Amino acid sequence: MANDIAPALTSADFASDQDVRWCPGCGDYSILAQMKKVMPQLGIPREKIVFISGIGCSSRFPYYMNTYGMHSIHGRAPAIATGLKCVRPDLQVWVVTGDGDGLSIGGNHFLHLMRRNVDLKILLFNNRIYGLTKGQYSPTSPLGKINKSAPMGVIDNPLNPLSVAIGAEATFVARSIDVNIKHLGEVLKRAAEHKGTAFVEIYQNCNIFNDGAFDYATDKVSKFDTTVELEHGKPLIFGKNKNKGIRLNGTEPEVVELGKGISEDDLLFHDEKAPEPTLAYLLSRMRHPEFPEPIGVFRAVDHPKYDVELNKQVETAREKKGPGDLDALFNSGETWTVG
Amino acid sequence: MSTTIEPVVQSHKQTTKIPSATIRFAGDSGDGMQITGDQFTRTTALLGNDIATFPDYPAEIRAPKGTLAGVSAFQVHFSSEDIFTPGDQLDALVVMNPAALKTNLSDLRKGGILICNSDGFEKKDLELAGETENPLNSQVLEDQYQLFKVPMNKIVEIALKELKAAGMSTKEIDRCKNFFALGLVYWLYGRDMDATIRFLQAKFGNKPQIIEANTKALQAGWNYGETTDAFVSNYKIDPAHLPPGKYRDINGNQAMAWGLMTAAKLSDKELFLGSYPITPASDILHELAKFKNMGVRTFQAEDEIAAITSAIGAAYGGAMAITTSSGPGIALKGEAIGLAVMLEIPLLIINIQRGGPSTGLPTKTEQADLFQAIVGRNGECPLPVIAARGPGDCFYVAQEAWRISTRFMCPVMILSDGYIANGSEPWLIPSMKDLRKIPVTHAPEQIDGSKFLPYKRDEYLSRPWAIPGTKGLMHRIGGLEKQDVTGNVNYEPDNHQHMTNTRAQKVENVALEIGPQEVEGPESGDVLVLSWGGTYGACRTAVEACQGQGLKVAHAHLRWLNPFPSNLGDVLKNYKKVLIPELNMGQLRTFIRSKYLVDAIGFNKVKGRPFAIAELIAEIKRVLPK
Repeated sequence: MANDIAPALTSADFASDQDVRWCPGCGDYSILAQMKKVMPQLGIPREKIVFISGIGCSSRFPYYMNTYGMHSIHGRAPAIATGLKCVRPDLQVWVVTGDGDGLSIGGNHFLHLMRRNVDLKILLFNNRIYGLTKGQYSPTSPLGKINKSAPMGVIDNPLNPLSVAIGAEATFVARSIDVNIKHLGEVLKRAAEHKGTAFVEIYQNCNIFNDGAFDYATDKVSKFDTTVELEHGKPLIFGKNKNKGIRLNGTEPEVVELGKGISEDDLLFHDEKAPEPTLAYLLSRMRHPEFPEPIGVFRAVDHPKYDVELNKQVETAREKKGPGDLDALFNSGETWTVG
Repeated sequence: MSTTIEPVVQSHKQTTKIPSATIRFAGDSGDGMQITGDQFTRTTALLGNDIATFPDYPAEIRAPKGTLAGVSAFQVHFSSEDIFTPGDQLDALVVMNPAALKTNLSDLRKGGILICNSDGFEKKDLELAGETENPLNSQVLEDQYQLFKVPMNKIVEIALKELKAAGMSTKEIDRCKNFFALGLVYWLYGRDMDATIRFLQAKFGNKPQIIEANTKALQAGWNYGETTDAFVSNYKIDPAHLPPGKYRDINGNQAMAWGLMTAAKLSDKELFLGSYPITPASDILHELAKFKNMGVRTFQAEDEIAAITSAIGAAYGGAMAITTSSGPGIALKGEAIGLAVMLEIPLLIINIQRGGPSTGLPTKTEQADLFQAIVGRNGECPLPVIAARGPGDCFYVAQEAWRISTRFMCPVMILSDGYIANGSEPWLIPSMKDLRKIPVTHAPEQIDGSKFLPYKRDEYLSRPWAIPGTKGLMHRIGGLEKQDVTGNVNYEPDNHQHMTNTRAQKVENVALEIGPQEVEGPESGDVLVLSWGGTYGACRTAVEACQGQGLKVAHAHLRWLNPFPSNLGDVLKNYKKVLIPELNMGQLRTFIRSKYLVDAIGFNKVKGRPFAIAELIAEIKRVLPK
């Protein structure tokens, strides 16, 4: 049984024998470390865990985990994982992707994974740049960003991964930051425990091609003003001294200071279980520098899972029609005999 | 339900016995010609004739009514002898409007039966077909064919007047005229109507009025033939001398779906199909989707790439994984096929070819994806390719492909085409107990802590199929070049050369399993006709006709296109000329010429239509050494 084995495993048991070949200082190291730390806590035997990735720096991830893994082709990991999960609901399947892999070439599969709610976990390492192909802009690069493929600045309006996921009916949506290791570990654990597609955006620093893209959110001083940690049932409070909050003005969020006639009760309270995605969407739209950017779990709701429903249909069909007999099928309908 | 062959309905009129006939129903794409042809096929199959069919319809669901572009046709060749094609020239043609007449008349033999729905030849119908004069009034038709002008709409209206009084609409009544035409042709060829009436009852069980209307129209058609002075004789075709056994009618896509399910059963696997709808492959998805109780999981993916990659995921998980498509979809799957080649996992990729390039002729047939199948990917990326030769053969091709795919741990491409997929023929019903098992093994768990080697090879160069969930086998695979044995990522020059050689050799090794190339006809001689895929029937019939005329002509039909059977080079050298007829511009010929340095001659056609036997005979005679 899973639980009999789990206590014996440690973080080190999940390290593969392969050399990790990300650039020194890459944010991916931190994510890998947190994943190896979370894994033993899940109580799942290593052989029941599969990591599937596409192409890009992030997609080397499976090589470094001592589980089953597949490094596949650009953008298609969600579809591979879907096929795997459909025939092997007993496995825990993780998809590791980046902003280019998941949202650009794999954008279509990303949408359909969300709306089907296949029971797997997808981690989007968002560094707002193409790292492996050396510095072209990605679907999350901000407008005006100067880079190799946009020397006069990016003119493509960026995608907001969380808004896209929520728009596609994702049932679990969260965000964390590579260097915020405690938070990241907790979010990964929550994702692992979710039943259905769990989508996690991780702000990840590419120190070679887009260094400091998320400094505002990781800087020891500014992070208190630029991020707000979401907690279910709690008001949105942030700031070094917990003196600021988010209030709803009609359907628009606004930053307010606590005191001066505004109390916690006036603030927006987070509800990750809200059946309608409206609140989660609104939170996903809060962007720096107008707002602190929420980190944590935006949405965690229960919906039918594609792989479960598919296998249920198989069971129902078996109950209704029996296991099926090919000889009977061949001989069904109109037949005739010769000789 | 099983039927033994009994005497058919006897007419009071004179009956002429003939060996075979080819008939075609043609009308507007809304006239129900496909269902009419399909019913004629079923009924004829039940009478024990050998049959071959050729449905031909426009790509538009409802092309502009009455126009040349909107003509839909269904051809049936039926015989008391063994036949392999839907026939060349028509013995009888039924047309519902001027457009159908205009586009089909040239295929009717002189003196053949021409049945026209004269009510479909109004001024507006003529205009839509671009005619100024009504061709039914021309003396030419009267002189050259046995012309029957039948006012089908009016007769059906009279036959159904009670139903009209009971509230049935004119439109609904009008739609029954195809069953009138069917009834008339049933009379003409001495078919009984029971099977079609049973079909109507099953299909429209909750719509008794529709059943009654169509049954009455059918009966009215039969009665019209029997009572009208115009028809003086009908025809009788004896049952064919097929091998003894129990038969059913089957089309290529149905046979493929059943063959896949059979392969799953024989290998003790559950089947996963990742597919995206595309003509003419979609019916395999439809058919398989019905059998969830047999452990069949069908996944209608968001696109072709998700279709194949979901199948790759399922194969990785240990399922029998399949993806089905047609040429344009296979093009999109190219990169993922390369991944499956690198992963060295079993996977069936089924291409039901259609006319190309691009969207091309989606509802017409062609066999022009051979280059795509064999070499249409980036890098050195070989995989075994097998082609079905006819509808019933799809059942066996599916099993053989899966046997090779699992034995050699590599994706296998199956080629069929629109002509095979939609065409039907009598199928000798097999018994599961007589079919060869497909043994599949997975790497066993390792609990001694030793390192698992995912690319360690057996005598066929095949690697173990290690599936997630198995203790001690945790490993990582992917599209990057592998180090042999360990499966680790490796960029070393010599290793890439070695792995490229190994993947190619593995495919070559398939030749050890597929047996030698067989030849029908003399072992040496003047001409060898070398064919593949859906042209089998036409080539075989043409070669037999030539042999009957004393010509030294033989026929070799390739089932495996990659690799070729190991003796093929020797076979080719035994004939003075090698003729390769293909519904493409010479793709097999290119491979044959380059591999065997044989000066093979091509006979090539891309008209969206199969070969006619007559044109093949003429070509064989043309290339005969002087």
